[in-house]
Amino acid sequence: MFSYYLQLALRSLKRSPGLTVLMVLAIGFGVAASMTTYSVFRAVSGDPIPWKSSKLFVPQIDMWGPKGRSDNGEPPDAMDYADAMALQRAHRAKLQSAMYQVSPSVVPTGAGKHPINVSGHAVYSEFFPMVDAPFRYGSGWGDDADRQRAAVVVISSKLNEKLFGGANSVGRSVSIEGKDYRVVGVLDDWNPQPRFYDVVNTGGFSSGNEDVFLPFERAIDVGMPNDGNTNCSEIPAESGFVGLQHSSCVWLAYMVELDDAAAVSAYRQYLDGYARDQQQAGRFGWAPNNRLRSLPDWLDSEKVVPSDTKVSLLVALGLLIVCLVNTAGLLLAKFLRRSSEIGVRRALGAQRTAIYAQFLTEAGIIGLAGGVLGLLLTGVGVASVSWVLPKDIASLARLDAPLLVLTLLVATAATLLAGLYPTFRASRVQPAWQLKSN
Amino acid sequence: MTLHPMIAALRKHKAGVVLIALQIALTLAIVCNAVFIIGQRVQRVNRPTGLDESNLMLVTQQWVGAPSGDQPGDVDKLDSLQQADLAALRNMPDVASVVPINSLPLLNSSWNGSAALKPGTDLRGGNARTTYYFGDEHMLKTLGVKLVAGRAFTAADVQHRGFRDQGEPPIAIVTQALADKLFPQGAVGKVMYLDGSGTPTTIIGVVQRLQVPGTGSWTNGFVWNATLEPVRLNANFSRYAIRTKPGRLQAVMKAVTPVLYGVNPMRVLDDDSVKSFADIRAEAYRADVGMAVLMGVVCLILIGVTAAGIVGLTSFWVGQRHRQIGVRRALGARKVDILHYFQTENLLIAGIGAVIGVLLAIGLNLWLMHHYEMDRLPVLYVIAGVAAVLVLGQAAVFAPARRASNVPPVVATRSV
Repeated sequence: MFSYYLQLALRSLKRSPGLTVLMVLAIGFGVAASMTTYSVFRAVSGDPIPWKSSKLFVPQIDMWGPKGRSDNGEPPDAMDYADAMALQRAHRAKLQSAMYQVSPSVVPTGAGKHPINVSGHAVYSEFFPMVDAPFRYGSGWGDDADRQRAAVVVISSKLNEKLFGGANSVGRSVSIEGKDYRVVGVLDDWNPQPRFYDVVNTGGFSSGNEDVFLPFERAIDVGMPNDGNTNCSEIPAESGFVGLQHSSCVWLAYMVELDDAAAVSAYRQYLDGYARDQQQAGRFGWAPNNRLRSLPDWLDSEKVVPSDTKVSLLVALGLLIVCLVNTAGLLLAKFLRRSSEIGVRRALGAQRTAIYAQFLTEAGIIGLAGGVLGLLLTGVGVASVSWVLPKDIASLARLDAPLLVLTLLVATAATLLAGLYPTFRASRVQPAWQLKSN
Repeated sequence: MTLHPMIAALRKHKAGVVLIALQIALTLAIVCNAVFIIGQRVQRVNRPTGLDESNLMLVTQQWVGAPSGDQPGDVDKLDSLQQADLAALRNMPDVASVVPINSLPLLNSSWNGSAALKPGTDLRGGNARTTYYFGDEHMLKTLGVKLVAGRAFTAADVQHRGFRDQGEPPIAIVTQALADKLFPQGAVGKVMYLDGSGTPTTIIGVVQRLQVPGTGSWTNGFVWNATLEPVRLNANFSRYAIRTKPGRLQAVMKAVTPVLYGVNPMRVLDDDSVKSFADIRAEAYRADVGMAVLMGVVCLILIGVTAAGIVGLTSFWVGQRHRQIGVRRALGARKVDILHYFQTENLLIAGIGAVIGVLLAIGLNLWLMHHYEMDRLPVLYVIAGVAAVLVLGQAAVFAPARRASNVPPVVATRSV
């Protein structure tokens, strides 16, 4: 029966090629616009570490008090040195790390090569297991290296390629800011987007690579300055990078891993207790106003997904709806034009369900054709976002199997939906009237 | 022509009318808001920075193993590195002038604070937010910024200090916007206090216009508030804004890297280090241009689909009423009456769609205002949108209506 409906549908579509092309074009463009913007939205709103994001938390401490809070009473979204170090020393979470962005120079070995600039983070040893950083060679450093402020470094596979031709470089040394660091680990390809462990300094997305990770206290010791944002509520009393460490300016990111609800509430209590201690000590003149957000909540509160992306998706969905309304109108016209044919079929004993099957098959074919066209156009769309969108976001949007399937599915399902009402109307055609009028 | 028979006819195919009106309404709502977004982005991208942007470029570089600035004598060492670079750059044949500077408008790196009329005001308080540009006596000339009152910096005014060292300069130049905010009666010679400090800073000059670095929405409150300080900042990195002689920009961009390596090879200079201001501008507004292009494409598709939809549906109706048209023609209706019939019918449907569309457009705008950073949709856009969909409807209906008017009266006599 289906092949018969297929034949009928194809014949009907051939009878009015203009209308058919119009519907296919409308569906194709509508689906392509939605899928292209969706591919961007999917790229920027994805969970960078889905298997673990609910266990990662970002603490915020209100070290500035009422005058430094944002309009909605939020404490600063980064940490000052004193408080970050207090949290690090207390070591109340399963895993934790203070971190800051650095941008040191690296001098490649070999004559005639110019120094290069790399970016990365100064972190504690627990950073690597906490963010599940994948290693190609070696591993992170141990907490003894943290304490000894050892000159060790974890480098990216990209930097390893550049400096050592991709060989296992564990144990070899890299010259960073004119000092030698021993490589203890080489990361696998790892470029989480958004850069969840330091959203404040990267703005979420970064086209740059993270090339080096150094022990935090080592970086502080050698005076490697922070490369990211620094926010102050008052001018630091002392100058230099050391002055920054003694000030209440915020420039550090902090992340903790807490494995269950009990650990989360214990850590919350610890933060409040810490703030109360600071209040009693006279450092804070206000009640505790801390935050402890899980990673998804944190990304949300930092507005990592650009509002342009959301608005584009919304507008593109609007376009899809218009295309569907358009298709529904055209299908309605097309189906009702064949009232007499329907009348004859019904009079000859066809059930309403048979009419449904026949016309939904026709709608489905249009949907499928629109989907195929939409697929091609989505390919064009995704390829062209690279010259339309900012580089760091555009590079994330890509066409993959799930998107392909989704495109076809959305096109077909949407067209079937659009075809429902016209088909319903077609199935309601009274055979007697149609037969009489002829 | 009375509307009554037309409405009676439309009631015969309610669903089609509702769908086409709904389509027009949605199109109007989306196109109004999308065009508004395009208009806003175009306006943003076209605002002048205050710089003379042609023949202007920026070099960003970092010294390897340079002193951190925390030890005594570090700042002087860093300053001599910078002075050597400046001398070499100023010596280049195609270079008109050079200034060491911390940032430029549209660049994504800034130093911001506040200016107050009273000393010791809170850093986050003050009378106005401002961005800071630190540079030497060549600043105004190199940037091409126009001085409208007072005087420019001289070599004697220029100090130098560590990047992270504190200290307010005794004199500064401000932009007209900041001057108007602080001292509406004229700012030259007046005293302000920067970043809540107790040290007075005297305004010696006012420049017409200079935009802040960064283009994010967080700068919206102080886009034109800038304070220029006669200070060379010393850090392990430096930025040099270079004005080349007319037409020599490409030549200098190519020549500058070897010149700086010649002064001192222990530095980082890569592909991103040398940028023309045009590059900086393109990068800064990429997202805005992209959004405008995307909205433009969506609008074009929408208008195309809706116009095609109207053509398709009207053609269908014309075919369906072939015989009735023949009857009307046989009863004495002229061709133009038939044409007008379909045109009026379309005007009626598009009009209903437009009314609903205006409500949807305003609703969508309010929703976007509430959830995203969006301004209120000006009435002009809505009126233009209504006019546009009505014209679109008329344009789309013309061909099928023409065809209808060409139906010969003899059709009435033929049986089907």
